[in-house]
Amino acid sequence: MTLATATTRSGRTRPHGGPGGSRRRDGATWFLVLPALIPILILSVGPLLYGILLAFTDAQSGRTRSTQWIGVLNFQDLLHDTLFWDSFRIGLLWAVGVTVPQFVLALGLALLLNANLRMRWLARALAIVPWAMPEVVVGIMWRLVYNPDAGILNETIRDLGLGDGRDWLTGLATALPAVIVVGVWAGMPQTAVALLAGLQNTPDELHEAAALDGAGAWRRFRTVTWPAIRPVALAISALNFIWNFNSFALVYVLTSGGPGGRTRLPMLFAYEEAFRYGQFGYAAAMGCVMVAVISVLLAFYLVGRLRGGEDA
Amino acid sequence: MSLRTGRTARAGQYAALLCYLVFLAFPFLWLISTAFKPARELGSLHPTWIPEDPTLDNFRQAFDEQPLLRAAANSLTAALCAALIAVVIATPMAYVMARHRGRLSTAATGWVVVSQAFPFVLVIIPLFLVLKHLHLINSLWGLILVYVVWSLPFALWMLAGYVRAVPPELEEAAAVDGAGRARILMSVTAPLLAPGIVATALFAFITAWNEFFFALVLLKTPEKQTLPVVLTHFLGAEGVADLGPLAAAAFLATLPSLVLFAVIQKRITGGLTAGAVKH
Repeated sequence: MTLATATTRSGRTRPHGGPGGSRRRDGATWFLVLPALIPILILSVGPLLYGILLAFTDAQSGRTRSTQWIGVLNFQDLLHDTLFWDSFRIGLLWAVGVTVPQFVLALGLALLLNANLRMRWLARALAIVPWAMPEVVVGIMWRLVYNPDAGILNETIRDLGLGDGRDWLTGLATALPAVIVVGVWAGMPQTAVALLAGLQNTPDELHEAAALDGAGAWRRFRTVTWPAIRPVALAISALNFIWNFNSFALVYVLTSGGPGGRTRLPMLFAYEEAFRYGQFGYAAAMGCVMVAVISVLLAFYLVGRLRGGEDA
Repeated sequence: MSLRTGRTARAGQYAALLCYLVFLAFPFLWLISTAFKPARELGSLHPTWIPEDPTLDNFRQAFDEQPLLRAAANSLTAALCAALIAVVIATPMAYVMARHRGRLSTAATGWVVVSQAFPFVLVIIPLFLVLKHLHLINSLWGLILVYVVWSLPFALWMLAGYVRAVPPELEEAAAVDGAGRARILMSVTAPLLAPGIVATALFAFITAWNEFFFALVLLKTPEKQTLPVVLTHFLGAEGVADLGPLAAAAFLATLPSLVLFAVIQKRITGGLTAGAVKH
């Protein structure tokens, strides 16, 4: 409903022209825009550019000597910093490992919520919990679940007679998968709700027509449902990937990057570099590299997807 | 389609839905269960879902161990101020973004999108230096400013969507009747936007209430710290005895977000997609 109104309205929206004189209108427009524009420039655009500049300096915290330009030295160091690239690899594993199941599970949930099932309201209500909860609490909560002695996961494993369970968050092999499950849990409902909105925008008549033609559930999904939700799916999975790659609080609370750096996401790595060791310039260079790589990956993803859409 | 396949498909759907319900609910139920368990049960090797001897001791102990009330007051101040300031400055700008197509609107929309892609590290270091220069490190006001700017992309996106849903004809009709621009905005547009503005403000409140990273970096002394930062102090000394108060405090910290989010959920999803369709 909202969608329909919004599109038709915006279709008709024209710039407010007419009498009144454009200069006076410009003045009024600036008056409306400035209160938000000034903070954005000082606290967002400015720092972003400043951050990129810092990457080319030897800025450190609490140092008396003045900061110097050092060109691409930080980037050269970064190139040989195996710890950083390990962390980067873990970050990519984490981002893909969270985003893909998040999307698949969310699509399943959205399709179920769109079907006329009885317990739907309960699922909708529960979907709010991970979405609204502070990330810190999500981390704390799952630490209780994963707790080796008092946690429900190991207790369930013991009850089922599958052994004694393990220390999930400190085991070298289990830490990253365990953290990924939490990431999927935390982001899935939001994705599901976005996809559900897309589904509800699909015209019912198309489904009925396809069903009359004898198309099975899968064919109907491929030919009717998927094309309708594709734009939403594309946007939300791209955003999820960025958000997951840049996530911090969840893993900070769950493992603080341990054991042995197995869950040290690039954000945690850069945070430690900047605020534990005070290497502002070096950490800023890490941030730049993260932005650059993520932008390139996303560009490939989006271009590939959009091309695929034209073929289909 | 025969009735039989329809019925098995239905059964499958219910089974799948049940799996989702369990997956979504069980960690939260476990948190609540832990919060009400006495220390003796938390130490037992066979924890149960339902506390045998439910108690409020954990809540009492949580308040004794950490300054939760002060932290909650800090969080409340930061979230309230940030939400109010954000909608007050975002609404006029969103109006311009929705109604005027020009370079300014394009740039603003571009910023909304780009700001989502930048990792906080790249922003936090220069932000830290800027705020230090303004003597706003370790101050709630510094944090509030950061939260305002940080919630603006979302607020602008939502509010611009709501403005587009207000028919421009209404404003034009008022203009024909001779109403001035300010008058039109205040008495025609603003009332229609009010529900959207409230929802946006509540969402900004929730994001600020939940936020951790900026608060961790910008607030140094314990007296200034917000609830999520103080919650992590429970993790410092790790031991079974601490699980109960930890769970109790975490549960309490979640309640405001859950309640507010339940109130605005429909509106938020509607606004998100309205904005998305436009672009």
